[in-house]
Amino acid sequence: MNPNRILRIDRIACTGQGLCGELLPELIDLDEWGYPILKDRIVPDRLRSHTRRAVAACPRLALHTDDT
Amino acid sequence: MNHSTAAPFTPGHRAPGPDSSGARLLAGWHATGRPATLADHLRRYGPPPFTGGTPGLVDSVEAAGLTGRGGAGFATARKLRGVMDGRGPAVVVVNAMESEPGSRKDQFLLAVAPHLVLDGAVLAAAEVGADTVHVCLPRTRTAQHRQLGTAVEERRRARLDPVRIRLHALPHGYVSSESTALVRWLDGGPARPQGSPPRSHERGVARRPTLVHNAETLAHLALIARHGPDWFRQAGTVDEPGTTLVTVSGAIAAPGVLEAPLGTPLATLLDRAGGPTGPVRAILLGGFAGTWLPAENVHTPLARRELAPLGASPGAGVLVALPHTACGLTETARMLAFLAAHGARQCGPCRYGLPAVAEDFAALAAGHAHPELLSRLHRRTGLLPDRGACRHPDGAARLAASAMRTFADDVGHHLTHGTCPAAHRPPRIPVPPATPLETWR
Ligand code: SF4
Ligand code: SF4
Repeated sequence: MNPNRILRIDRIACTGQGLCGELLPELIDLDEWGYPILKDRIVPDRLRSHTRRAVAACPRLALHTDDT
Repeated sequence: MNHSTAAPFTPGHRAPGPDSSGARLLAGWHATGRPATLADHLRRYGPPPFTGGTPGLVDSVEAAGLTGRGGAGFATARKLRGVMDGRGPAVVVVNAMESEPGSRKDQFLLAVAPHLVLDGAVLAAAEVGADTVHVCLPRTRTAQHRQLGTAVEERRRARLDPVRIRLHALPHGYVSSESTALVRWLDGGPARPQGSPPRSHERGVARRPTLVHNAETLAHLALIARHGPDWFRQAGTVDEPGTTLVTVSGAIAAPGVLEAPLGTPLATLLDRAGGPTGPVRAILLGGFAGTWLPAENVHTPLARRELAPLGASPGAGVLVALPHTACGLTETARMLAFLAAHGARQCGPCRYGLPAVAEDFAALAAGHAHPELLSRLHRRTGLLPDRGACRHPDGAARLAASAMRTFADDVGHHLTHGTCPAAHRPPRIPVPPATPLETWR
């Protein structure tokens, strides 16, 4: 069984440039100031590589995935 | 010590009266009418039954069903166990910051029964294997600091405690009472909330497992250690046992702090505070991060289970009666401005969302609303919860949303006709200045 991957944002580190929302619109919306809104915290298998890319691209290292 | 320190707490606390039935934490105060010295305290309760870490207290606390009296209402035994399971020596932190402007209960309790709180903290420390108790107080309350210093000194001279107690004076921002802010400050940082993980019970002060408890919670724990869980359960409801301290203010005859069993109807609490001085329009439950309830909900019991369907909770036991002559929207706008100014400005919702909601609300209250304002306000308010590193934006959103629900008629009136006459009367709920903290350290 694959563990669930859970998306988490370090809200203090995040500066709201919104890159994550552009790279992973399936799971992340942006508010009017560019800060992420998680639509779903559980990463479906088909989005694993997209998620990995968004996590790597966050300039503030604010986006994480945790295994549960 | 001069004698004027005997009763430094804010005015409005009633002298002991005959209605003190059911008082536990305040029993000594009701009996004598003066703050308890160590001698008074020991005469009344006997010495604290230190177990030196042997199992027992945590089981009693669990059987008693004690929950945190700081607002979140978390099971106290679970917190204790979390820290006991952590690695290495632990630390106990007493959260006596009480930054909620509508609340006076912790100040009052610490003034009249300081040793009950300190007993609880030391008992908890012995149970979780801590050698230090840190008591966090707001820097602005110098009299409280002095008074508690005297209490700690009395205990030291009596060699009562197996652990050391240290008092700290912290900057007094609304969010500095977050447990993670206390931990951060005790570690030499700013008194601003910290994101987790790791959580304080795993890695807190000096990276040690850290138990953070509200002052009132610890006082209940001190009585459970002496009288046991069955005694504790003689008051309150089956789900929510015990008594709780409540600060009642607003349009009532005798505002103040009182102690009541959980499950007491809100109307009874208002009556015990002298009763309303006129028709009540709404009640604010839980304080600035709380919920407005229409006056018809006044018969609801003060209990999570009954309040949850109304979107409310007992919070830290703050109850404000808003008279019919006041404007709920204006009062809410002022509270939101305060909450916005007091955010730690670390997270998006606090930096932008909350100030925007506060501004929208100010426009609504002032009657400067444009047609899209209401939908924007709903949308922005809906985007605050769950998106900060702490619960500050969530509390503000709860206040704003409940105001729009409870004062829906007024919202309509303000949008179509401008302000109602009540909006021009002086505000009824005291709000501290909406200015950000000068220093977080
Ligand atoms: S990319 Fe990173 S810093 Fe930018 S909005 Fe997303 S989480 Fe925040
Ligand atoms: S939500 Fe606000 S108060 Fe809480 S940590 Fe973030 S900025 Fe600070």
